[in-house]
Amino acid sequence: MNDTSDDRTALEAVGLGKRYRRGWALRDCTFRIPAGAVCGMVGPNGAGKSTLLGLAAQLLTPTEGTVTVFGRPLDAPGQRARVAFVAQDKPLYQRFTVAEMLRLGRELNPGWNQTAAQRIVDQGELPGDARLGSLSGGQRTRVALALALGKQPDLLILDEPMSDMDPLARHQLMGTLMSEAATNGTTLLMSSHILAELDGTIDHLLLVDAGRIRLAGEVDEILAAHRLVSGADPGEGAADPTAGHTVVETRRIGRQLTALIRPEGELSGALEVSRPTLEELLLSYLRSPQAPTLFTDSARAGHDAAVAA
Amino acid sequence: MIEYRIDRRSGVATYLQIVHQTKQALRLGLLQPGDKLPTAREVVEATAINPNTVLKAYRELDREGLVEPRPGLGTFVRRSLARAEAGADGPLRAELVAWVDRAQRAGLEHEDVAALVASVLEQRFVTGVAAPKREIEGNS
Repeated sequence: MNDTSDDRTALEAVGLGKRYRRGWALRDCTFRIPAGAVCGMVGPNGAGKSTLLGLAAQLLTPTEGTVTVFGRPLDAPGQRARVAFVAQDKPLYQRFTVAEMLRLGRELNPGWNQTAAQRIVDQGELPGDARLGSLSGGQRTRVALALALGKQPDLLILDEPMSDMDPLARHQLMGTLMSEAATNGTTLLMSSHILAELDGTIDHLLLVDAGRIRLAGEVDEILAAHRLVSGADPGEGAADPTAGHTVVETRRIGRQLTALIRPEGELSGALEVSRPTLEELLLSYLRSPQAPTLFTDSARAGHDAAVAA
Repeated sequence: MIEYRIDRRSGVATYLQIVHQTKQALRLGLLQPGDKLPTAREVVEATAINPNTVLKAYRELDREGLVEPRPGLGTFVRRSLARAEAGADGPLRAELVAWVDRAQRAGLEHEDVAALVASVLEQRFVTGVAAPKREIEGNS
């Protein structure tokens, strides 16, 4: 790995691992997120999502491996200004008012954009003199997002950003985040366990499960690599119609066989073939811990971005 | 200006929903040549979908010759899909209204009529072969 800046790679992890007293929370993570991606990180509770995000934001120190942002280590000069992180518990000064919190953001961040921050606060009709301690969870999330966006980061990392917001606020803020990505090319990395919330929003995916990365890359490419097939179950001993393909999950209900596969060549004519939705695909992987991993080209660490462009 | 409605549960790819809704607006004359489509930023702000999806839809409309990007200005409508024959005051519409009235008097429900129309369309128009553009122009 070299130490030069790389504007095409927002985040790259090589052999990244984190061990707590109870054991490894994350192990052997090697992946890349290209700049400009809207990347969703999904996985079950305790999979290591928050640990991975904490490592990416340099709030945690890796036990092994490295993580770089735009080609440089996070502690290199100027790197802090490029990354914003909204933690799951949204730590804010409870005794500060909304206006004071924004002022703090302005004083601490050289590239501060007051308009961007103020717009998000106004959208939620939050009075500037309200103390943060008196706000609801969703309203505090809004202030935390205002601080993060006011910083105008190149990489914005969000840990379960919308979990405590009502549907309208969620839609508004997701719209704001998307417009941020559209105008400034901000790379977004956000974790969520609400799969439906991510569908249509993200263009890149990281599936974290039991401390490992199982899927990484463009959503379209990952979806296109899979097929949902169903047909009559040939029963024990008979030729398996999915043989020769990479099988993620097989389910047998009555005489019916349903499988999520990665086709390797021609599919048996006896099968009915359809394309899985993102939710179907993710659920299949989560039910099948033994399924092989899949990384698209752009998600591989060390990927030569110039070739892909 | 057009406002897109995105239905995430419809099973139709999001970019195609934008393509279809734009074409529908072009057919109905809600969008005319020279009109500006909303910017990707405006669309994603309102719908919370991924910006690339909007760009993909606009590229598709551009490829079909319906819109053109003008760098720094936005995306503009190049030609309309509105057809005088299909207008609100055209004879074809009047005939169809008369036919639907007859169907209703004959006791057909909304869904019966829709199914009947769909099956006749299926029979008369060979679909899936021609490109969408041809489909529209090829039956005058």
